[in-house]
Amino acid sequence: MEWSPLWISLATSLVATAITLVAGVAAAVWRENRSGPGVAIADGILLLPLVLPPTVVGFLLLLLFGRNGPLGKLLMKFGAVLVFSWPATVVAATVVAFPLMYLTARGALEQVDPHLLEAARTLGASEWRVFREVAIPLAWPGVLAGLVLSFARALGEFGATLMLAGDIPGRTETIPLAIYFAVESGEMHRAFVWCGVDLAISFVLLAGLYRWTKARTPWRARWVDRNAA
Amino acid sequence: MPLEVEFRKKLREFVLDVSFHAGDEPLAVLGPSGSGKTMLLRAIAGLEKPDAGSITLNRRVVFDAARHIQVPARERRVGVLFQNYALFPHRTAGENIAFGLRRLPAAEREARVAELAQQVHIAGLETQYPRNLSGGEQQRVALARALAIQPEALLLDEALTALDTHLRSQVEQQLLATLESFKRPALLVTHNIEEAYRLGRKLLVLTRGTIAAFGDKEEIFRHPPGLEVARLTGCKNFSRARAVSATEIEAIDWGCRLTVPNAAESPISQVGIRAHHIDFVEAKDASAGSENIFPCWLLRSSETPFRITLFLHLHAPPTGSSSPHLQAEVFKEKWDRFRTRPLPWHVRLPPESLITFPD
Repeated sequence: MEWSPLWISLATSLVATAITLVAGVAAAVWRENRSGPGVAIADGILLLPLVLPPTVVGFLLLLLFGRNGPLGKLLMKFGAVLVFSWPATVVAATVVAFPLMYLTARGALEQVDPHLLEAARTLGASEWRVFREVAIPLAWPGVLAGLVLSFARALGEFGATLMLAGDIPGRTETIPLAIYFAVESGEMHRAFVWCGVDLAISFVLLAGLYRWTKARTPWRARWVDRNAA
Repeated sequence: MPLEVEFRKKLREFVLDVSFHAGDEPLAVLGPSGSGKTMLLRAIAGLEKPDAGSITLNRRVVFDAARHIQVPARERRVGVLFQNYALFPHRTAGENIAFGLRRLPAAEREARVAELAQQVHIAGLETQYPRNLSGGEQQRVALARALAIQPEALLLDEALTALDTHLRSQVEQQLLATLESFKRPALLVTHNIEEAYRLGRKLLVLTRGTIAAFGDKEEIFRHPPGLEVARLTGCKNFSRARAVSATEIEAIDWGCRLTVPNAAESPISQVGIRAHHIDFVEAKDASAGSENIFPCWLLRSSETPFRITLFLHLHAPPTGSSSPHLQAEVFKEKWDRFRTRPLPWHVRLPPESLITFPD
């Protein structure tokens, strides 16, 4: 059996989630304490991939990155073609997963008590340190939820990937695509195996993140007997 | 002066417009909620930017609207004790205290944290997370954290309000000791009259963004410069008044003439007396016709564990719709001595306790 869809899916989802994490949190921070029509429009555009069907997102990306699209032409100047390549799977997954990260990170950061950030400032902390040592650790459970949602969304991405990256076994064929084309060609056994793999990845990932978060946030423990060693 | 403040900032309902100097001693800032007290602290700390004016801290201009100077909070070295302490929940008590000491080498930092923990009496709790600390302990950790940066001024926003009553006096004593040794400007914002009096050396009274009184606390309590300040410093009884002779005024709302020490000094339009200054005298003294003694009837009363507040009607028995003229506050022991006497009782308004106001 050909295992390449597993590695492609994992690599695509991990890279897409990492990009989403940075971009989503950055967008959420930028959005904080800002308002006005410009921000509302930016918000709308950022959230669009959440409401549009993935095939529409894929089609729009194809228009952008295609041979005659503005971004496609730009890449051409550097001798690069995105469409039907592995990076295209990452772009598709990132765009589709981004709103989930952005929304949850925004919500989580808004929940952080502004007095804590101010206290840190009066104690001499730079804005970067306030962000890294106070805002992010406190918003972490929310950011983590966004991370899980983004990864899950990236792992399950089908429509936009098919439109932008196509189904090239060994290069752009992710697990969802492999399942679809296995079923299409009547290979039910292969489809079952991939479903099981998908399930296993999700489970391991969730359990791992849960344990990691718990280890990282001892201060959230319900009650700690301070006389215990 | 170490701290010179003079600025204006437009708030939603009024303009905060203040100008005062603070020396190296605790200054209590008293005002009702929503009078701009917290905004005043925030502006000094650099968390808010005033519209105009300047703030100078130990000869360093930290804000000057005309010269476009706004030193950010992180560079002001002003220690702030927030109302709910704002301890970092994800950091232990020790890590909270050490937050502002990052530039020190690790060994020195640890020594300093231990020293500060000792100073505020929380030694041994450094490894605890804030949620495992009591309110009083949290307050002291926050104080140590603010002191750690060796601030040039200390700002305390309702530092004791969040504490239980039984904890408050103990924490307050420690806070007083800490402030005593701080020897730099310390502003204590509070809406509690007694707290302001106990903690501050000087007093600043703020009402709707303006300074209603500023100066020596005893002087302000004895001779409040206006009705608003009198009310804010706990005076409960007021009456419209006008001078009738060199020694007498007519208290219009109380329906009587009163001897006052300074009736002729300035135009008088109001007179007031603090509830605990009202004296109860025996009937035989009343008939002797001595000054400022009037018969009174009890309308209702309100008790606290040790004191009782009596709402009194003067001159005639109250009818169903009567409202009280005066409220007097007496200790229960004294109250037990005359509560059984038949009405009317007799109150004496001592001339030296009457506060007169021009308007």
